[in-house]
Amino acid sequence: MRKILMINKKLFIVTLEIILLLFSLLLIFGPMTSLALWSIADKWFWPNLLPQSIGLDYWRQALGVQKSLAIGAVSIIPAFFLSLMIAVITVITAMSIAIPAGYALAKYKIPFGMFIFFLFLMPNAFPQQPIFVNLLDIFTKIGLAGTIPGVIIVHILVGLVFGVWITSATFRSIPPQLEEAARSVGASGIRTFFRITLPLAAPGLLASSVFVFITSLDEFTGTFFIGLPFVITLPMTLYSSSGYNMQFASVIAIILLLPSMLFMMLIQKVLKAEYVGGMG
Amino acid sequence: MSNLKLISILKKYGKVKAIDNLNLEVQDGELVTLLGPSGCGKTTTLRTISGFLAPDSGDIYINDRRITDIPPERRGIGLVFQNYALWPHMTVFQNLAFGLQMRKLPKDEIKRRVKQRLETVRLEEYENRYPRELSGGQQQRVALARALVLEPDILLLDEPLSNLDALLREKMRFEIARIHKESGVTTVYVTHDQTEAMVISDRIIILNKGRIMQQGKPEDIYENPANKFVASFMGNTSFINGTVVGFNGKYTLVKTGDGLTIYGIGRKVKKGENVVIAVRPENVQFVLPPDIRGGMKSNNLFSMEIERETYIGEVVDYQLRIKSWSIRAKSAVSNKMTKGETVKIYLDPDKMPILSE
Ligand SMILES: Nc1ncnc2c1ncn2[C@@H]1O[C@H](COP(=O)(O)OP(=O)(O)OP(=O)(O)O)[C@@H](O)[C@H]1O
Ligand SMILES: [Mg+2]
Repeated sequence: MRKILMINKKLFIVTLEIILLLFSLLLIFGPMTSLALWSIADKWFWPNLLPQSIGLDYWRQALGVQKSLAIGAVSIIPAFFLSLMIAVITVITAMSIAIPAGYALAKYKIPFGMFIFFLFLMPNAFPQQPIFVNLLDIFTKIGLAGTIPGVIIVHILVGLVFGVWITSATFRSIPPQLEEAARSVGASGIRTFFRITLPLAAPGLLASSVFVFITSLDEFTGTFFIGLPFVITLPMTLYSSSGYNMQFASVIAIILLLPSMLFMMLIQKVLKAEYVGGMG
Repeated sequence: MSNLKLISILKKYGKVKAIDNLNLEVQDGELVTLLGPSGCGKTTTLRTISGFLAPDSGDIYINDRRITDIPPERRGIGLVFQNYALWPHMTVFQNLAFGLQMRKLPKDEIKRRVKQRLETVRLEEYENRYPRELSGGQQQRVALARALVLEPDILLLDEPLSNLDALLREKMRFEIARIHKESGVTTVYVTHDQTEAMVISDRIIILNKGRIMQQGKPEDIYENPANKFVASFMGNTSFINGTVVGFNGKYTLVKTGDGLTIYGIGRKVKKGENVVIAVRPENVQFVLPPDIRGGMKSNNLFSMEIERETYIGEVVDYQLRIKSWSIRAKSAVSNKMTKGETVKIYLDPDKMPILSE
């Protein structure tokens, strides 16, 4: 009797797991499938369940291989490279601020430490629009509005939120004894940081960088206020085409999704890396 | 050849004195244990010696060189932590080699010294393992080897065995004692385990609230506790309160409030003083009927009732009652007595320390 109950319980849990898995797959891949279908639909009119004809025309147009006359259709190649460049610069700059800041917040008792931390959190703690409107005002005065550096600064501000937060959590998770042990065998503070702390923090720092990268790639609100009409990043092209051309929007959305997915997989791999297991 | 000297070390956290005017000298090659309850300042003392904490006042010397203001990496002190603190991203070999690399020794010299040290802790075959691939006891030995490979002037160990299970802990005690003998390094060892301290120490220092309560050889401290705190910390001690009523030869007579008179050894007590008698289980002798003959002194013979008996394997542990006092005693399993029985017991006056309250 007991045994049967236990088997039933197990069965119940397994069933529940399968249902949850299917549900989450649906959540993730449902929209993806629809996007993928849209991106290859040459013709797809209501009330048909599937596109009437399919083809790679819109991909060709989006990638600039084929000239397009459709409304809202622009070659997204320049926007793609602009976004990529902005994201790379943002990651490098934001992380070179976030690593020392996160380390300091984690390891030292800084006067007003909490206050500084909140300062970093600010851009996300409030509705962003009023902040960006104010920023636009300032940037217009100092000539940064509508420029790439202006957009990069906005992205760095937004990215620092995650950057500093994850980085300081990472450094906090490293037992101080590991560093003290290094000091006791003759390593200076700086050597200890580079030989012990940094390698141990690497997975967390990488995760943090990926977050900053993806945030920059997807950033919309700030770029909208500060960058337009001169700086057109990938999300901006999505916005300008989505109203007119579903196929185009789908192509861009997929292109935007790809780096995120790639990086998520990379994080997964790194987080599974062997020595991380030893940290717990 | 290294000795360590702490002079009037004071360290406060807010109003709490974690170390209260501590003076301590450790001779070359000596193994000194700091023993005391949780929060008595053991870790704080070690961190002060190793340089991770600056004392509020006082000075630290190694070989008459003042090191109070020298950073940790230049003190020549080896450390072993309670949780081992092995670097998880390095193999056993790399863990040991790291400090030698910091000294810029040539590669083959590093290799030779690491191998030799791994041999002394019997882990030669494990040099390519990562810490997480080792058992707790093996990690412990790697931590010890890592601290010793640099041949430090002073070795500090903070409760190095407290994360191991009882069996392994006992084995490692002897292992540490052996390694200490072989390396001859001047050592300060921290523990709150009395037995551990007894096994490995040349000298034990009992700490309470940042102050030294007593120091000396393990057996001296055990047999002649200086005060109630030390007596309660060493051994399974029961206490009987009373007043000194007189002296008889080398013995001191104590009378309890409920009329018992007990003989014992009082070193520094005066007549009329309120005192406690420290009664240890091994000094409580059961007197079996044939033993009660003329030859036996009638002093310190009492009838007690067995309040509780507990079989704990090699012996039986008893709680005995006389009037308002409870004491603990032990007997061989072969003459086990049961609850409610009245027994005659003898408290050997030579082994009854009388201590100021
Ligand atoms: N960073 C700190 N801030 C404030 N008080 C502290 C700090 N570190 C230690 N203390 C206090 O100092 C006293 C001594 O602490 P310490 O860690 O040296 O004790 P310990 O003897 O090592 O105890 P345990 O056996 O539990 O490890 C305690 O009262 C403790 O609360
Ligand atoms: Mg401690």
